[in-house]
Amino acid sequence: MTTVLSTHGLFDAPGPGLPEHRATFGPLPGADPVELAAAAELTGRGGAGFPTAVKLRSVADAAVATRRSPVLVGNGAEGEPAAAKDAVLLSRAPHLVLDGLSLVARGLGATDVVLAAPEHLLPGLAARLAERPDGAAVRLHPAAAEFLSGEESALVADIDGDPPLPRSKLVPVRERGVDGRPTLVQNVETLARLALMARGDRETSGRTLVTRRFQRNRTPWTDVLEIPLGAPLGDVLPLDSHVRAVLVGGYHGTWLPAAVARGLPLDRAGLEPVGAALGAGVLAALPADRCGLRETARVVGYLAASSAGQCGPCLNGLPRIAAALAVLARAATPPPQLLTDIWRWCGLLPDRGACRHPDGTVRLVASALGVFAPEVRLHASGRCSATTTRPFLPVPGAVR
Amino acid sequence: MTRLAVDPIACTGHGLCAELLPEAIALDEWGYPLLADGELPRELLRRARSVAATCPTRALRLVQTAARSAATDA
Ligand code: SF4
Ligand code: SF4
Repeated sequence: MTTVLSTHGLFDAPGPGLPEHRATFGPLPGADPVELAAAAELTGRGGAGFPTAVKLRSVADAAVATRRSPVLVGNGAEGEPAAAKDAVLLSRAPHLVLDGLSLVARGLGATDVVLAAPEHLLPGLAARLAERPDGAAVRLHPAAAEFLSGEESALVADIDGDPPLPRSKLVPVRERGVDGRPTLVQNVETLARLALMARGDRETSGRTLVTRRFQRNRTPWTDVLEIPLGAPLGDVLPLDSHVRAVLVGGYHGTWLPAAVARGLPLDRAGLEPVGAALGAGVLAALPADRCGLRETARVVGYLAASSAGQCGPCLNGLPRIAAALAVLARAATPPPQLLTDIWRWCGLLPDRGACRHPDGTVRLVASALGVFAPEVRLHASGRCSATTTRPFLPVPGAVR
Repeated sequence: MTRLAVDPIACTGHGLCAELLPEAIALDEWGYPLLADGELPRELLRRARSVAATCPTRALRLVQTAARSAATDA
């Protein structure tokens, strides 16, 4: 007998309900999630790209070592304002995510299962849970709507009823997370991929969801696509002559000149050489009529305000960098030492916070200073090449 | 194999540690500790231990280096 191996896109079901889900994907077979993840070399789709099998095993080990039953958290918090892929997945294919939760919960022996998502998605998810025989096992949690609310330890704090801020990593979440118990925090796309892999789909680990942002006929356009890893960036994101630069990964990501970005394979091996990563899966094409420095300054202002200031280097460094970028974003001669100061502050932040927020912010800033260096010089002479100040990248709250 | 680590959330930037162990700890321009890279030299171990014990917020630790792995997937 030959096994039929099906290949499915995450959005193949015609609707979000259980009947459409079952008709498209069939029932969820029993499978060991660790074996599935290891065989397919699946990596987490939440941003860090960590090998899923290693993470699953480390929580299972911690549960044995501490003799406490582990907690499983599906992470759909997606605090990144430019990203929409997890929200779209939870709206369009919720049962794949719920299948993934059920599969991993069984594999880990987790009786406490939480699905964290933005508040507006919870009524829909509650209706989907009600359709399932195993739905009562999952507790829905409204994730705080802040940039860091999806950070693993911040989400754990949120679920524990504490302010949604990152916690110290000296004791990791896998050992002491929700309720002080070993905790697996797994991104919702990763869970959905496991649900397809359990059904024999070997291709799904080679695909990923991306959020695209670009301008179409002078109107902003945002959508979510499933793409094969390794696809050339220029095939995924329309990059005509009206594109100035591409932001890859999101607000902890990397600016690249459009000409460099075009041919890059969208996977770890393709992006690493240019210092980029898929991160939160955001691909944004900055239109040529906008100023990259102005856009970056707005985003970094928001990121600095998002830090909550728990750690000295982040608390002191980010607001200074943000203020300096706001000065660089103006078409006027900056103070003579400003660029030197920014580079020095950028050097002081990485690896010194309780979370990767300063590291990611510095990556964005450094790439902007490189890609938009001609604009820095133009601004110094009192000019700017942009023809509109209309914001392109979304930043919650006031328009700066 | 031992190195210094600081819990950045607990650390309040007193700078006491840098004063007591300048061989391995400097301060950044805001008064927060910058740890020397790599292993602590054997001859500093004892003093480092007592400096960690004097940190007013217990932010400074000595950790065994083999145990460093990060499993984060926000
Ligand atoms: S590194 Fe920054 S964002 Fe992260 S916990 Fe510390 S202060 Fe907060
Ligand atoms: S003594 Fe403790 S609180 Fe003070 S700077 Fe050093 S580590 Fe931070």
